[in-house]
Amino acid sequence: MVEIRFHGRGGQGTVVASKILADAINKEGKYVQAYPEFGVERRGAPVYAFIRINESPIYDKSRIYTPDHVVVLDPTLLEAIDITKGLKKDGWIIINTDKKPEEMKLPTQFKVATINATQIAIKHQLGTLAAPIVNTGIVGAVVKVLRLASLESVVQAVKEDVPIKPEANAAAAQDAYELVIFNS
Amino acid sequence: MRKVIMGNHALSYGAMLSRVQVIAAYPITPQTQVVELLSEMCADKVLDAQFIKVESEHSAMAACLGASLAGARTFTATSAQGLALMHELLHWASGGRLPVVLGNINRAMAPGWSIWSDQNDSLSQRDTGWVQFYCGSNQEVLDSVIQAFKVAEKLHIPAMIILDAFSLSHTYEVVEVPEQEKVDEYLPPFQPKFRLTPDDPHAFGGLTSPDHYLELRYKLQKDMEKAPALIEETGQEFQELFGRKLGLVDPYQCDDAEIILVTSGTAGYTACVAVDHFRQQGLKVGNLRIRTFRPFPFEIVRDILSQAKKVAVVDRNISYGHHGIFYQEIKSALYGHSPVPVFGYITGLGGRDITLDTFRQIIEETQKNDAPSERISWIGVKK
Amino acid sequence: MKKQEPTPKIDFKSEKDMPLAPYSLGLMLHNFTGAWRNIRPEINLKECIQCGICWKFCPDTAIYIENEYPVIDYTYCKGCGLCAEECPTKCITMVEEEK
Repeated sequence: MVEIRFHGRGGQGTVVASKILADAINKEGKYVQAYPEFGVERRGAPVYAFIRINESPIYDKSRIYTPDHVVVLDPTLLEAIDITKGLKKDGWIIINTDKKPEEMKLPTQFKVATINATQIAIKHQLGTLAAPIVNTGIVGAVVKVLRLASLESVVQAVKEDVPIKPEANAAAAQDAYELVIFNS
Repeated sequence: MRKVIMGNHALSYGAMLSRVQVIAAYPITPQTQVVELLSEMCADKVLDAQFIKVESEHSAMAACLGASLAGARTFTATSAQGLALMHELLHWASGGRLPVVLGNINRAMAPGWSIWSDQNDSLSQRDTGWVQFYCGSNQEVLDSVIQAFKVAEKLHIPAMIILDAFSLSHTYEVVEVPEQEKVDEYLPPFQPKFRLTPDDPHAFGGLTSPDHYLELRYKLQKDMEKAPALIEETGQEFQELFGRKLGLVDPYQCDDAEIILVTSGTAGYTACVAVDHFRQQGLKVGNLRIRTFRPFPFEIVRDILSQAKKVAVVDRNISYGHHGIFYQEIKSALYGHSPVPVFGYITGLGGRDITLDTFRQIIEETQKNDAPSERISWIGVKK
Repeated sequence: MKKQEPTPKIDFKSEKDMPLAPYSLGLMLHNFTGAWRNIRPEINLKECIQCGICWKFCPDTAIYIENEYPVIDYTYCKGCGLCAEECPTKCITMVEEEK
């Protein structure tokens, strides 16, 4: 069982990111459970999405408190909230930033991967310059680092799940898959 | 086809595959997406159904009753306060013997205002004469809609599919969406035993004198008593066609269990994880998930629970001034049949998470005490 | 439009004879509400323009049409006076029942 927590801001497509990942994993025949933060929706506020991945059907319907890994869509969240809360030792922090992992100054018991998903989104004209949509890119980085699904499955899932600019979004996922920086 | 869908959409797909003809519903969190997807399906002509826009849940059910009386397969969905507003017409559906199927997302009743899960909304409708199925996974939600139409239409009794707010309604899970042809084979078109048509006008629901009322209610109860066997039979048929079981209850590791948990909804799935955990530590625990609450499956509950040394009922609901509602039902089922002590626990109200640790506390307390006290054991109250 | 003859009263000896739902138990046709009446409508057919408004408005469907003219079924007419009120030529008058 693998448990992941996504951090984003309301309106960034954090829940959609978890849904794309879930769809990609489903395509590989594994079982998934993905859910948003249980509550009301607020644009701009820190929001969460969660995903469980397993080889067999998932019976645990309680929430995730101690994730194996976390994914951060917006680097400004690092100052707003504790993104490492409950994160297991040696867990990955996959973060959208223009910095390199060693520049992140995160606690050393975690592993860090960085991806400049914002730049990729701007390149593919996803969202606006002020509010680029980074969720499809980040999924590409996540599956590369965590080896959860093939790039083909992600590309296919993006095309199915994203109604606007499916090709550009799929290309963003592909770019992120190749550009994510991490030491495995 | 394997799809990743949320519980709300599992309801919508279930209704679509059942080829519902009329849908009338009013949106309420956390049910809104059920109706959104169904209205899209109607607009896109994926589903050949009339979508009736209404101004309240009361009107939604009223529209469903008219449609069902005209002989249409009819579906609606709601939650909490919406279900409460329907209350009067829930009696009309069962009293009028109209097999409407309703999806209810379990949401705690206000105040305090809540959009999170507990079962008091649907259990408050216990005595309205509806069949009630409590689901634990999105797959079961989808499958139950199809089975519910089959059971409801055979008996002319309405049925409610119940699922936890957020834990199912907004949670994406892998669901095997059955093929339309196979569903058609399982669920033939609705053949009502009576219907309203302009060619043969009748008065419906008119003044019923004391000469007749008692007999009408006698017939409703007699048909409700036929439901347990029919649910088992249609569940068996479902398994033969689709490979998934839909029974009255869902027992897990009960055969040699010393302590049996009695659960419902998603807690009934998490309980299985707790059972595995305690079995690894050498403690013989089992879990009986109640899927069908009305009609209450007396016989099978007695058969399974009387094997145990102790029974621990986990209620995500409460009847104020009495106890947990499943606890009362289990005690009444066992009375005069088995001396097994029944422990009652209340937890998870208003969406408080029910976790492995919740079950650990429940099992430890049940194990520690020889006999239950009349007092309710609350799990998780901050003291 | 025709006069409704009461169907034979169904006497349910057993629940088995009864319909599932409260559906045309036939009670109202056996409730001869004409006995409630203390004023009766009478139609002056010479001034009747055959508009059918009285037939349409009668809340007890106690007016039927025979040979293209309205006829009041006194078995059911409660004497509410709606027909007289609505009649555009005022050819319906309410008359006290004889004592």
